[in-house]
Amino acid sequence: MSKLKQELKEKIIEQLNLEDVSIEEIGDDDALFGDGLGLDSIDALELIVMLDKDYGIKLSDPKEGRKIFESIEVMANYIAANRTK
Amino acid sequence: MSKQNYIRAFSHIKNHVVSLNGEYLYHDEALDFSEFIKRAYKSLDTSYSKFFKMDNLSKLAFLAADVLLEEVNSQEENIAIVLSNRASSLDTDRRHQNSIEDEANYYPSPAIFVYTLPNICIGEISIKHKLLSENSFFIFDHFNAAYLFDYAESLINTKKAGKVLCGWVDFDEENYEAFLYLVSDKGNRIHNKEEITRLYTL
Amino acid sequence: MSKGVAITGMGIISAIGDNVAENYNALIEGRKGISRISKIDTVHKDAIMVGEIEASNQELVNQLGLPSENNYCRTAMLGAIAAKQSIADAKISDIKKYKTGLISATSVGGMDMTEKYFYEYLEDKELQKYIEGHHAGDSTQKIAEQLGIEQSLVTTISTACSSAANSIMFGARLIKSGKLDRVVVGGTDCLSKFTINGFKTLMILSDTYNTPFDENRKGLNLGEAAAFLVLESDAVVKAENKKVLAYVKGYGNANDAYHQTASSENGDGATLAMEKALKVGGLQPKDIDYINAHGTATGNNDLSEGRAIIRVFGEDLPEFSSTKAYTGHTLAAAGAIEAVYAVLALQNNVIYPNLNFKTQMKEFDITPQTVLKEKELDTVLSNSLGFGGNCSTVIFSKQA
Repeated sequence: MSKLKQELKEKIIEQLNLEDVSIEEIGDDDALFGDGLGLDSIDALELIVMLDKDYGIKLSDPKEGRKIFESIEVMANYIAANRTK
Repeated sequence: MSKQNYIRAFSHIKNHVVSLNGEYLYHDEALDFSEFIKRAYKSLDTSYSKFFKMDNLSKLAFLAADVLLEEVNSQEENIAIVLSNRASSLDTDRRHQNSIEDEANYYPSPAIFVYTLPNICIGEISIKHKLLSENSFFIFDHFNAAYLFDYAESLINTKKAGKVLCGWVDFDEENYEAFLYLVSDKGNRIHNKEEITRLYTL
Repeated sequence: MSKGVAITGMGIISAIGDNVAENYNALIEGRKGISRISKIDTVHKDAIMVGEIEASNQELVNQLGLPSENNYCRTAMLGAIAAKQSIADAKISDIKKYKTGLISATSVGGMDMTEKYFYEYLEDKELQKYIEGHHAGDSTQKIAEQLGIEQSLVTTISTACSSAANSIMFGARLIKSGKLDRVVVGGTDCLSKFTINGFKTLMILSDTYNTPFDENRKGLNLGEAAAFLVLESDAVVKAENKKVLAYVKGYGNANDAYHQTASSENGDGATLAMEKALKVGGLQPKDIDYINAHGTATGNNDLSEGRAIIRVFGEDLPEFSSTKAYTGHTLAAAGAIEAVYAVLALQNNVIYPNLNFKTQMKEFDITPQTVLKEKELDTVLSNSLGFGGNCSTVIFSKQA
């Protein structure tokens, strides 16, 4: 699980072009949206594409994403339970 | 009668150089655009992390506007923006097109798609500088000083805007060119077509 | 200098009709043009609905009488058809008699041909002609050629979904300032995989008929269309004894300065655009008889625009409706399509129903007009709100 979390942090920084953020700065329970990393609605859509492309998880409603992307911890648990690749 | 307007300041980004009022701010010969604009951003101390999410055209327009507007440090809120170019959003259009071409690897990116319009770069400038003013984007074969001159004069003379940020921001393949200038009722360069053309070709 | 900006001709082609009369009949009969997509082979064909124009490219070529070696994209053909209709409607026989310009709005340009032939370009020399037709300005040039406009101002506006409203605004200014005597303004966009996929990734495409201002709205339907209007100065109207269909009375544009694609929560940009347009027209909110809303049926737009309307008009607002349920969202052309609908509303004193509305939105109390209504109309306000925060409002009126 910690490997998956590390992987997610790397991917988020890379995919969302978080140039000023390092892996160490993202805590497992930090909020990704709002006051935390400050991600926005387009970032949420980009993470939905990432779930599909890298883990074979398809979401059809963007509102589902908001719950899954609450933190690295929540995201990793969801991916571990639902991944198809 | 309409009164005389002036070009308050101008900026260029081209040929590996960022300049303001004709003076070099940043220069690095050996870099491709993405590395060049990133280093320019860092060296100019532009603290705005959303910069890295922008497409190439927006990065170009944003940085050229930012050095200019920071320098002028205007309290004027009603700055209209009128930009133009030749290639529209072609560079980003290509990236989006690539992502939907191959059915086996079919993952169009929302973060790319939102930049497939040329006027998004005006939105980026407006968001950073909180400009809720009139804005438009025109496509021309080449830089058209006469057209920009008429539009800016009309906006100021009919009091639709206090100042107008005008210019040309073009990005296609590795070719990039930004020239922005701020038209105002104050300044020391007369606002006319000849002067716009002269500054453009500096 | 011209005091008024007269509209003396209109042309349109959309999913609900190939000309002005057909569009009007569909509007008052409540006939929508939304269907499954038939002309583009997209992986999303079962997941989306669109406002598609019936004619095939070959039929459009025939209608325009183009030679077989032409390199017109669909955007250019639709634009040329609508623009020619507008010239005929304005009974203009000699385009060179007055200083006449063309301002055309588009967002996709020749993207349809590029995505169709991209991989064949290297091998098939015959197809390479379409490369020239790719860029946005090429469709405008072709429309100018079709109209015989050579020596005057010809330009393309590309500010996303407010493009055509901006071309009307810019044209009106050119008439008022005396730079032109006459200007053909409007916009054109065809459907393409490019926009279908893009909007799909933003997850704002509905899988069924779009339902503007409905609590359970699921997103927009993309549409294709073109519409153009002929604007003329007082002097031309007088000299030619022209019949005036309506006037462009006010216009305003503002940036929402909030997000690349999303509208701000309280519709700051839309509010400013409406306020500016009222000011230019010398009007108060109470002078507006009908609002043709942008109303795309996305969660974000209808909430933000609705709040902006309340900010400008208060709770006591005139009837409003969105016609996107008829045509789909026609992107850069939308402002011109809805300008034609606004003029038709004034001419016939009718308000079009906001089709597919069932459930009141819970965030506010305003409800769109849901059935056709006859009402004496003097002024109609039309909103067009675009990505990049570009917000525009145009007001049409019976009086100059």
